[in-house]
Amino acid sequence: MKRMNGMLLISIIPFIIFVLLFLFVPLFFMLYSSFQENGGTGFTFSQYMEVFRNTYYHQAFKNSMLISFFSSLIAITLAVFAAYSITLFSKKVQDRILVFANLTANFAGIPLAFAFIVILGNSGLFTLLFKHFGWDLLNSFNLYSWSGLVLIYVYFQLPLAVMLIYPVYQGIQAQWKEAAALLGASPSQFWLKIGVPIIMPSIAGTFSILFANAMGAYASAFALTGSAYNLVTIRIGAITTGDIFARPELGSAIATLLGLTMVLALLINEWLTRRIRRDLS
Amino acid sequence: MKKSFYHYITIGIVVLYLLIPLLGTFLYSFATSWHKTILPEGLTFKWYIELFGDIRFLESLGRSLILSLGATILTLIIMVPAIFSIILYAPKLEKIVQSLVVMTYAMPGIILAVGLIRAYSTSGVSMVLITIGAYFVGILPYMYQGTRNSLRNINAETLMEAAEILGASRYTAFIKVIVPNIMSGILVSSLLSFSILFGEFVLINLLVGGHFETVQIYLYQKLSQSGHIASAIVVCYFILISILSAVMIKMTRQKKETI
Repeated sequence: MKRMNGMLLISIIPFIIFVLLFLFVPLFFMLYSSFQENGGTGFTFSQYMEVFRNTYYHQAFKNSMLISFFSSLIAITLAVFAAYSITLFSKKVQDRILVFANLTANFAGIPLAFAFIVILGNSGLFTLLFKHFGWDLLNSFNLYSWSGLVLIYVYFQLPLAVMLIYPVYQGIQAQWKEAAALLGASPSQFWLKIGVPIIMPSIAGTFSILFANAMGAYASAFALTGSAYNLVTIRIGAITTGDIFARPELGSAIATLLGLTMVLALLINEWLTRRIRRDLS
Repeated sequence: MKKSFYHYITIGIVVLYLLIPLLGTFLYSFATSWHKTILPEGLTFKWYIELFGDIRFLESLGRSLILSLGATILTLIIMVPAIFSIILYAPKLEKIVQSLVVMTYAMPGIILAVGLIRAYSTSGVSMVLITIGAYFVGILPYMYQGTRNSLRNINAETLMEAAEILGASRYTAFIKVIVPNIMSGILVSSLLSFSILFGEFVLINLLVGGHFETVQIYLYQKLSQSGHIASAIVVCYFILISILSAVMIKMTRQKKETI
């Protein structure tokens, strides 16, 4: 018994050191400095007070939440219908579509923002195409506005949503549909009374994952307009490394609040997934 | 069962949405000039030739490879033995590792970057090394899941017992029996981690910035200068992640067949 503790210790110590150094130490320093005065001294709540008082930061949280909410909602709505359609195709086709989703899930950040600039930017392909035909559909659309950013957010949320929703339909067994049909239920009645209540908790759980995913996104918006969008992550980046004057203490306070939002979203997800398991057992 | 047209439409919308930006970028990277016409005025390889002739790009590519590969290998060396020991000899600790995984989900790059700047920016340690440490945390969930699943698939406990009964020490058994058996599974999560790190921008940009130009930072710089070259970079990047995904899928399939 003694001998095995040797192996356990040797292998686990570097792991613990890395986790401490790169997860807990930064977490501690962030929390600690969020309670410091500008310049890193004293103990104060003033950074948090400033976030709560300053409407500019309220707006940043509101914008982040709105774009996260709407991009998640659009992505999940598309995914709920598409993922079900996917399950009706042959195994080979299903695999291909999932591989494609997996691939595009990795396509995010700067390259993604750029791809959208190419197709919808000021001299983007579709912008030119629509101009050529004289459609002023795009006159009301601007990639560098909120509607443009929503399109980009939906792009990186969509593959993730499809991959997370797809397995949920495996839980709905064909026998249930047959049983319901034998008892005289129409397909719409089946979905309304049986299908939707079963998949609802998973959909809500997926929604909270997508929401957290979007709340933490930074690179795409940054690539599009630098610090122009007033999003929480963009504000944190600008304040912490600021070109003109950095206020890392304030940045820490905002980052802490953002972290709390994410924890909340993940807790809701866990609560919802637990609910579905209890219901099914 | 006959599929109605409706199901083609739902899938079609998703696939087109994901495909069009990629196709547009692909086309743009081969276009000579494309400012007023609907279709490009001509096709050319010159952007790619220019890109691969740019020493700055090749250097940034090298940095990206070293950084992502280095962080992946380091994580591999530290995590695999640790997860192995925890699962076999201290299963109670697994709960803690799982909560660490959840913690990393609640700390996206931007939050981790703020903490790391506060903790280390004045310590004198190279921020590039700090970034590698941050990458360790970033890919921890994938590495943990990959290692755990592989160990479960091969029945690590029984294998270890057999090896030890035959006289191998615990270390020899781990290196000679366990590692070769879980290699393919671990390689899959390593490739996934590598492709995630290769596309990473937030941490490297905030922690190190322009002092250590990776492909992502190079791309960011090029966005405002040359759209064609930027699209050539995006196409190359996408081809790279496609190749990595293809290798991963192939390896996962082979593994399934052998079991």
